[in-house]
Amino acid sequence: MKPFLMPSLGADMEDGIMVEQLVEPGSPVKRGDIIAAVETQKGTIEIEVFEDGILDSWTVPLGRKVPVGTPIAMIRASDIPDPPSEPEIQEPADPIQQPEGPEIQPPPPENAPPIEPEIVPPASNLSPRRPERTRQRVTPAARRRAAQAAIDLRSFGTEKIISLRDLSPLEELDETTPMSAMRQAISDAMSRSKREIPHYYLSDTIDLTAAEEFVAVQNAERPPDQRLVAGVLFLRAIARAVKKYPEFNGHFTDGQFVPADAPHVGMAINLRGGGLVAPAIHDTDTGSLDHLMVRLRDLVERVRQGRFRARELSDPTITLTSLGERGVAGITGVIFPPQVAIIVIGTPSWQPAVLDGGVIARRSATITLAADHRVSDGHRGARFLRNIISQLQTPDTL
Amino acid sequence: MSPANLREALIKHLGRIAPEIDIDTIDTKADLRDEFDIDSIDFLNLVTALGREFSLPMPEADYDQMQSFDSLLTYLENHTA
Repeated sequence: MKPFLMPSLGADMEDGIMVEQLVEPGSPVKRGDIIAAVETQKGTIEIEVFEDGILDSWTVPLGRKVPVGTPIAMIRASDIPDPPSEPEIQEPADPIQQPEGPEIQPPPPENAPPIEPEIVPPASNLSPRRPERTRQRVTPAARRRAAQAAIDLRSFGTEKIISLRDLSPLEELDETTPMSAMRQAISDAMSRSKREIPHYYLSDTIDLTAAEEFVAVQNAERPPDQRLVAGVLFLRAIARAVKKYPEFNGHFTDGQFVPADAPHVGMAINLRGGGLVAPAIHDTDTGSLDHLMVRLRDLVERVRQGRFRARELSDPTITLTSLGERGVAGITGVIFPPQVAIIVIGTPSWQPAVLDGGVIARRSATITLAADHRVSDGHRGARFLRNIISQLQTPDTL
Repeated sequence: MSPANLREALIKHLGRIAPEIDIDTIDTKADLRDEFDIDSIDFLNLVTALGREFSLPMPEADYDQMQSFDSLLTYLENHTA
């Protein structure tokens, strides 16, 4: 019997709340199965198991906040026929009688086991849809509220998406709106960034005429589920550029920079109802653009539903903010620690450009790099940025 | 497909993308993406879902006919007749 622990998603995560248990005790589980959802400061994380077995019991009740490293479930090997009557992890006391607090929790281990890295298997085809799930679809805000108010979402069935509106008759809504945990987490990370990271900033104009034409030509004959967005070109160009300029791809921890061995570009995605996350698209340099698009769509869809995986949040190596079609010209990025660079590509617009001595209209956007002076400087930053811009002039090579 | 059915389907798929937004509170003539605060991938997901439900190609070249809730509804009416 092995305990399954509340995972850590980085040094700034201290605790999490179990908000969904997706497997009944006694059910078999396979490596990679998502068995629970945990609410953290960064949002709701889907928790996967790392080995085959049988989920013996849940050891933390729904809605309880527990420190990282606390056992949240017990998993036994599937070849053991019956659970022996061994002493179980003590069921935590009723949360109503005992307020949460470290004194009633098992102490977290010295080092919480790292999230096991796992290669995402490439999609076997271009369908971005996962098999239809019969599980409930719940908005992140509703899931959070249900966990706080101890409302059992199972009574809602799986027919429709459960939103805050569905819950409001069941509870007295709190009129005050203190800073949300998400906003607090963003605030903490950005304060730390501004305090610790000596940022420098570079920006330039990027000609996206060729990139947009490439996307339009590709999409002309494709059904909607196989179309591309320009964002995948940006992701790929950055992933290729960091291979040549590795000092922008990695983590600065314990006083030194550790370059990552592969580009896991974090894509900043806004959350409905407020906040944003920038989960990683792993190995952004590999596979076809179509495959990258499948992965991006899948990620955006899951994030919007408030569902992403632990390792996606824990290991981006550089971040891209793409402001899309309806944003503004540019933003000066704030690096997300312990990363060392963030790139923003603004909203493309028609701009006058000078080509061969004449002025012509081109689709242009502002690209901005914020990078960490402890690791690199403006000279290298400029070359890095030029490399990205240059790659986007030949989109068919991405 | 009756207009009412199309409207219902459109609301259903928008609800999957923007579940917190009440259709009664939006301006159905305004830019759909602004009203629902949806980005290019959300929009692509919407078009994918509608195309799948009504077996329509919904080419990218027609996107400018799908800018508002009303115009998208009209587009669906014209192409599912």
